[in-house]
Amino acid sequence: MLSDIKTQELARKVRIHAVKMVNKGGSSHIGSVLSIVDILAVLYGRVMQYRSNEPKWVNRDRFILSKGHAGAGVYAVLAECGFFNITELDKHYQDGSIFSGHVSHKGVPGVELSTGSLGHGLPVALGMALAAKIDKKSHKIFVVMSDGELDEGSNWEAFMFASHHELSNLTAIIDRNKLQSMKTTEETLSLEPLRDKLIAFGWNVIEVDGHNHNELFSAIDSDTKKPKVIIANTIKGKGVSFMENEISWHYRTPKGELFDQAMKDLGEKT
Amino acid sequence: MRDALMKSLFMLAEKDSNLMLLTGDLGYGVFEEFEKKYPKQYLNVGVAEQNMMGVAAGLALEGKIIFTYSIGNFPTLRCLEQIRNDACYHELNINIIATGGGFSYGGLGMSHHATEDIAIMRALPGVTVLVPSTSEESEAGVINLYETVGTGYLRLDKSKFENTKSIEDVSVGNANVLRYGSDITLIVIGGIAEEAMKAAKILSNSNIECRVLSLYSVKPVDINAIKFACEETAGIITIEEGNLSGGMGAVISEICMDHGLKPRIFSRLGLNNEYSSVVGSQSYLRAYYKIDFKNIVSRVKLLIHNQK
Repeated sequence: MLSDIKTQELARKVRIHAVKMVNKGGSSHIGSVLSIVDILAVLYGRVMQYRSNEPKWVNRDRFILSKGHAGAGVYAVLAECGFFNITELDKHYQDGSIFSGHVSHKGVPGVELSTGSLGHGLPVALGMALAAKIDKKSHKIFVVMSDGELDEGSNWEAFMFASHHELSNLTAIIDRNKLQSMKTTEETLSLEPLRDKLIAFGWNVIEVDGHNHNELFSAIDSDTKKPKVIIANTIKGKGVSFMENEISWHYRTPKGELFDQAMKDLGEKT
Repeated sequence: MRDALMKSLFMLAEKDSNLMLLTGDLGYGVFEEFEKKYPKQYLNVGVAEQNMMGVAAGLALEGKIIFTYSIGNFPTLRCLEQIRNDACYHELNINIIATGGGFSYGGLGMSHHATEDIAIMRALPGVTVLVPSTSEESEAGVINLYETVGTGYLRLDKSKFENTKSIEDVSVGNANVLRYGSDITLIVIGGIAEEAMKAAKILSNSNIECRVLSLYSVKPVDINAIKFACEETAGIITIEEGNLSGGMGAVISEICMDHGLKPRIFSRLGLNNEYSSVVGSQSYLRAYYKIDFKNIVSRVKLLIHNQK
């Protein structure tokens, strides 16, 4: 388990990798990646049990990225945690590569589920959690979702199912950056009062600052008898000054001076 | 066909505690005994097919062998993307069972008519598609899918043709001969086999001997059976209780073109790019949409007459 300082450093490195990957690949969704990097750093650095040299270790904790468009962040954290060589990240979005923009499990050690279409991750996580209960296994299942993807009805089918079946081994973390594809979540299809909705669906709801590692750790680590959902209040584009809270960085690729500025913001020399 | 389904599910559940049956809140009067006997292997997920397929994927990722169940288009079209992305792409052992193929639920209306499911499910890479015409094929279908790695689709019907073929003879990739004959071949899927068999009997009185093939395994398909039909009979008429676009008849035509087979007669009976909007029983709707035994008889006679 890494200390808070070390998960901060892990997060910084993952952000740098992600921006470089997106720059090289000419891809984007970088705002969505930066939004969840602290969550990934705490999960992989402090919370989850896994063996990077044995990715299918039967007692590992399972992680699903339901907002598959932030795949660059997952690849980067897996590389930093030893699942594969960091140089592999250069292949992201390149012709013939296995590292697709939306996270893929094919050939990538450590990825449990390929996603990309929203509203798929939580239902699959339920099945994993249920299987662990049936087989009396003690590992846990974590799923990171976007707030925008809560528009998908499949998630609400899943919220009902989780509490009905008392899946206390399941933790969902909602990346509440309040921005979706074109406008804010509240302008598009209002989610609020989100906390009350999730409580009504029978979940243990905890709200945290999604960039505060200690808050994230305490929330994820806390005991629960119900399925747990953490509303992580985040900033889309977190860590790169000109990307923060800017919807356009869902689509744009940082190039030239903007790339240099991003590296500078993240404390990386260019 | 449901009795045959349950017979196989009981047998497999007894044998393999990893097998789980998930239903989208359908199967009243069918699953109660299964739930009682195998409570840990049964789950009613509620009226939530997308979630059912996601949960199935999660369970299958952890090594469970899953059968999902619902009726009509609910376990397929309603959660098609979950089938594609979660089940197929991850090569999971999930077998989807739909009852109520074609016009089985005739009077209930178009929402309950499964008339495009075959075309849609066979379009997905990696899916084994089985469409039984008989109880034996239904019973074997469950076992065939259990034994086949990957995602499967078993499409059951309310009607069926009564046959006495042994279930051991029914396998993936093989068509089953329901009737021998050398004048023309009728290829069928599903319970509409009974119409083809009735037509064959009538045509026999006019000295036209039909071979009736239950294709059963729509994917992978029995190429040899199609080849023999082309070589040994005047040609092929396909009969399906569903839309022609991409359906079983389309499978046969693709095989013929891909393999250089040239049946002298080739014709497809099915729905001609339309939704059924008429109220009626299964047999009424077959007659209305001109795919019942009378229309099969007249189509065969016309085609054979034209050929002469």
